[in-house]
Amino acid sequence: MHLLQTTTSIGETNWVAIIMFFAFVALTMYITYWASRKTKTTSEFYAAGRSITGFQNGLALAGDYMSAASFLGIAGMVAMQGFDGLIYSIGFIVGWPLIMFLIAEPLRNLGKYTFADVVAFRLKQKPIRVAASIGSILTILIYLIAQMVGAGGLIEKLFGLSYEWAVLIVGSVMMCYVLFGGMLATTWVQIIKAVLLLGGATVLVILALSHFDYSVTNLFKTVTDKYGEGSLSPGSMFSNPFDALSLGLALMLGTAGLPHILMRFYTVPDAKQARKSVFVATGFIGYFYILTFVIGFSAAALVGREAIKGVNASGNMAAILLSEHTGGSLFLGFIAAVAFATILAVVAGLTLSGASSIAHDLYVNVFRKGESNEKGEVKVAKMATIGLGILAIILGLAFKNQNVAFMVGLAFAVAASANFPALLLSVFWKKFTTKGATWSIVVGALSAIILIVFSPPVMKDIMGYEPIFPLKNPALVSVPLAFITGVIVSLIKPEQEAQEKFEKEKIRTYLGVGAE
Amino acid sequence: MSEQKTQEVLQSAEFKKLIKKRWAVAFLLTTVMLLAYFGFLLMVAFDKDFFKQKAGEVTTIAIPIGIGLIVLAWVMTGIYTYWANNFYDKEVEEIKKKL
Repeated sequence: MHLLQTTTSIGETNWVAIIMFFAFVALTMYITYWASRKTKTTSEFYAAGRSITGFQNGLALAGDYMSAASFLGIAGMVAMQGFDGLIYSIGFIVGWPLIMFLIAEPLRNLGKYTFADVVAFRLKQKPIRVAASIGSILTILIYLIAQMVGAGGLIEKLFGLSYEWAVLIVGSVMMCYVLFGGMLATTWVQIIKAVLLLGGATVLVILALSHFDYSVTNLFKTVTDKYGEGSLSPGSMFSNPFDALSLGLALMLGTAGLPHILMRFYTVPDAKQARKSVFVATGFIGYFYILTFVIGFSAAALVGREAIKGVNASGNMAAILLSEHTGGSLFLGFIAAVAFATILAVVAGLTLSGASSIAHDLYVNVFRKGESNEKGEVKVAKMATIGLGILAIILGLAFKNQNVAFMVGLAFAVAASANFPALLLSVFWKKFTTKGATWSIVVGALSAIILIVFSPPVMKDIMGYEPIFPLKNPALVSVPLAFITGVIVSLIKPEQEAQEKFEKEKIRTYLGVGAE
Repeated sequence: MSEQKTQEVLQSAEFKKLIKKRWAVAFLLTTVMLLAYFGFLLMVAFDKDFFKQKAGEVTTIAIPIGIGLIVLAWVMTGIYTYWANNFYDKEVEEIKKKL
């Protein structure tokens, strides 16, 4: 009976996967070549010359955001724990409306290449740029480690390639995209990946539901027959209300503080297109999470939790196993190649935003005091890309076997605490000052990281001590702390000049007059 | 765009009203989203039995509520886009003419 199938070809060399993957790399390398001829100036390197349409950017945003971690991780979580996995998905989507209502338009109108442009707009450049780039680079590095470690493990399993080779390949291919094709190539890699991922997941859902006469009720019935009715309602994962709120806050506000996401808003010509891209992105991401929910339950029903656990204890292989079960080794190869492409695209987006922070925020605005010469800046950005690429490979190798889900949670917590409060306050609070912003970023970043070190996942699970801080995620404390610090420091010593500039910049913030 | 005209626009009641309205809409929508999401999380933490009620033969109400929240997030971005395209942008164009 097919329900008891436990044999799998995962781990053996899958030629379909390898051919598909090479086809993807060949296509994206061609695009990179095409993009390289259009990528000379800083605006082209960082922002694709603002030539991307709202719809394209929406797809690219979705591509940047739907990582392999969320595809495989959430499908696995749903497969193993049922409804609780969906609670995670919801956390990953509710940040998007907030980006739309509070951030997207002012960000597009005020900034040029990085979100630090917006925070620094009416404040003193140097301290803000330094603080903001620390917040950005920290978020990017942690997220990059999570992606690289996830990539290495996944590719090792899927292609029978060693972990080290996998990390090396991902790092090198991604460096090529960013180095030669800049934002234009990165955008098209994201778009292709998003289409492949959404298409692949849709086919997977259709194939899976064909086993249940295309009825979701039949699917749920099979799941409850096998694993009890508890699978269809919240389980034990979110029992401590403070843990649930803290994680929820980190996922929601972290989304609105991810530098590689914020950077994408500069690729469209104006605020109207920025708005449209959030609407498109939210739609695709929401659709994707609904698909992963069905994929997770189908994997539990068709493949079975025991078999999934047998391949990988965390359940990460649920979607991959389901693809083999429903479509044979051909479809397994396809989905595996899509997962590989997904990682490449996300890593490329992260590296580009890290390079822009180093070159634009630190090199130009701190070391050269705002004097930018086009050629010099692009050169520095490219050197930063190489540096970050090599660093990503080294970190990927060093952090082998780290818990990926934990690293992702950490990246969101830092983004929510260091980047989001300063960005929001700078957009809508007149009395925000240079010192207030700097301290808000520093306190947000430090408190998030320190509290994580003292939290149960690190102090208890890794180091074996009694945890000093009770919550698994620090956001419930570190986010309010960053806001309060920003407000109090600003109120202690007002900055007259910043307040005057705030009034003046309104014409750009709200009307888009003078926006670049 | 002269300095004087910029100042006139910045001081105009029309412009001030527009900004006020923009943030009123943004905060209203943000509040709805926050209430829905954190309300859901609190219910998950405190009243798990609530979600066990049946919505269909086997389907619990947790499923339509969960999927509903994802759809709500998207619909909210749609509402804002609709408002901004049809009301905000028009007023922006009007004000820009005066610059």
